[in-house]
Amino acid sequence: MNYHLNYYFIWKYFGRLGWGLVVSLELAIVSILIGCLIGLTLAVVSHGARRPVRILVGAYVEFVRNVPLLLLVYLVFYGIPSVGGFAYSATTSFVMTLSLYAGAYLVEVFRAGLAAIPKGLIDAGRAIGLTPWQRVLYVRLPSMFRIVLPSLGNAFISLFKDTSLATVLAVPELTFGANWIYTNTFRIVEVYTVVAPMYLITGFVLLFGLRRLEHRFAIRRR
Amino acid sequence: MMLMLHSLPFLWQGLLVTLHVSALVVVISLVLGVVLGVGLSFGPWWVVWPVRLYSDMIRGLPLLVLIYSVYYMLPLTGWSVPSFWAAVSALAAFQTAHVIEVTRGAVQSIPHGQHEAGKAIGLGFGQRMIYVVMPQALRRFLPPWINTVVSTVQGSALVSLVGIVDLMFSIQQVIGRTFKPMPLYILGALIYFAINYALSLTSRALEARFAYIRE
Amino acid sequence: MPISVSDDPSTNPLVKVRQLTKAFGINQVLKGVDLDVPKGSVVSIIGASGSGKTTLLRCVNLLESYDGGPIQVDGIEVGYRAGGTPRSERELARIRADIGMVFQLFNLFPHLTATENVMLGLRKVRRMAKAEARATAEHWLARVGLDDKLNSLPIELSGGQQQRVGIARAVAMNPKVLLLDEITSALDPELVGEVLKVVRSLAEDGVTMILVTHEMSFARDVSSRVVFMDGGKVAVQGTSREVFGALAQHERLRNFLARIELKEV
Repeated sequence: MNYHLNYYFIWKYFGRLGWGLVVSLELAIVSILIGCLIGLTLAVVSHGARRPVRILVGAYVEFVRNVPLLLLVYLVFYGIPSVGGFAYSATTSFVMTLSLYAGAYLVEVFRAGLAAIPKGLIDAGRAIGLTPWQRVLYVRLPSMFRIVLPSLGNAFISLFKDTSLATVLAVPELTFGANWIYTNTFRIVEVYTVVAPMYLITGFVLLFGLRRLEHRFAIRRR
Repeated sequence: MMLMLHSLPFLWQGLLVTLHVSALVVVISLVLGVVLGVGLSFGPWWVVWPVRLYSDMIRGLPLLVLIYSVYYMLPLTGWSVPSFWAAVSALAAFQTAHVIEVTRGAVQSIPHGQHEAGKAIGLGFGQRMIYVVMPQALRRFLPPWINTVVSTVQGSALVSLVGIVDLMFSIQQVIGRTFKPMPLYILGALIYFAINYALSLTSRALEARFAYIRE
Repeated sequence: MPISVSDDPSTNPLVKVRQLTKAFGINQVLKGVDLDVPKGSVVSIIGASGSGKTTLLRCVNLLESYDGGPIQVDGIEVGYRAGGTPRSERELARIRADIGMVFQLFNLFPHLTATENVMLGLRKVRRMAKAEARATAEHWLARVGLDDKLNSLPIELSGGQQQRVGIARAVAMNPKVLLLDEITSALDPELVGEVLKVVRSLAEDGVTMILVTHEMSFARDVSSRVVFMDGGKVAVQGTSREVFGALAQHERLRNFLARIELKEV
């Protein structure tokens, strides 16, 4: 094997990797926030709603979860503009796609979270005279938040890894940066021996932070 | 919509490749994953640590990064592997890590009391494994394992990015000729959906059927 | 160090425990326990939680290993071989086949029916033929009052029924001694009676038993000997009448019984 390791190019172009990582995180954060909005809204709407509503929500969830993310990315970026006539940027398109993807998964998370609130808490709220809206604000939502926190955290870490697909739309995140350096320098080993640990370490840091947050807030259900 | 019907034959070959890739990956990851998963659960430290390390590292990476790494780095080792096998190996390595976790979860979720009850009637380690642990582990293993099969089919779409002519790639090819992306994407989505949804339903049905195994 | 003593089983107690010690890490749970269980007798072990009574029971069939003091069942040292080395899993399996245990949480095999639960040990350990094993299993299930539940899965049975299957599973193996670990503690009160009835009838048949229990009145009625454990040692022991009568003067025992009696009322 005549391959001589030369990390010079990695240091030279490290900005693409460093900033790429930042972009990946940004994509993940925005997507999970929008995804939470979608997921929570749909979970509340379908909670005790009429059958057509629940079927519609279910169809959305099943469709998004059973189709490859790559296909969804292409569909939103190339497919929709071609029939709608409008266009949007690659980043916008990817964020929309990832948010829809996250939303579908999170509907289930929030639905389970809402169902898992101990009935006793709601009864206690009733007993001290809180109105239904007050019960939602002060009893249901805080309880639900603590219950779903672990799942939310795991979803976020998962989304962070899924941002690597933004490469195909030339969004300047971490994987795209890695491929750019490769196509310009052919230094594949150096690139991926730096990029892979970047993903791993970020993942572990996020996981660690998540555990700390859970200790602080989450109800551990056995 | 006529377009969708006309393009079906072109997509057919791609679909076969997708199924071929998925099937290979499922089989390889099943065998390796279960063996390593059992080793992780019951084995000595020199088995547990490497498997743990492997599983955690591989699952911490995006699948796409794994595929690119393997695809571009394999030729450097002097091994001339066809791109098909490079992609399959990457996907198999990824799924093996997941199957390891599913196996570990299935085996370790069996309450300690079951092992003790087996010991109390005089069963040896091997007998306990065969008659008490494995029957229960199998029922806890199947539903989540089917979910990994779904994720394999999803992941197989990524091999189109390294030039494997699977269903995803075929869709792109047809779009390249017809310039009408939407119908093709919808059609492709429906095909993937059909496969994965069927698998998901099976997983859920099994989970319901085996609920009696869980307290 | 534990020694292996092979005494003549005909004159000796079936289960003999001498100076048993056991520590979990730095926590010394058993601090030198002596116990004799004659053949055909029923010994109840009572005491507060943390007194070591469950640990003592679990040492007898080596579900917990022990540090010091021989435990002999029918003259055979349970945990260690003649030279003092710990027994292998295979040897332990053979010894455990002759000791039966019924668990607080039943631990029935959920994927097997009641009959299959009882048959498993008979077929794989006693190596009985299928038909014979089935007949034996059905006999014991009828004996515990479950002849109408032969093909039921554990999930279809009530707690009391599950526990009776657990008893049948243990007794069908024809063990030399039966260990019962708080077998009614996890049951709803109305189901306790049916289980105790089965245990009483087994006692009347002369099955050697060691019971760890909180059911004081049951312990008083059924046992030949009662052992009160406190802080890892045997504090008071004697016949049932002695322990619940004269010996109740012992302060710790009196306090313990007072707390329990309040609950039983």
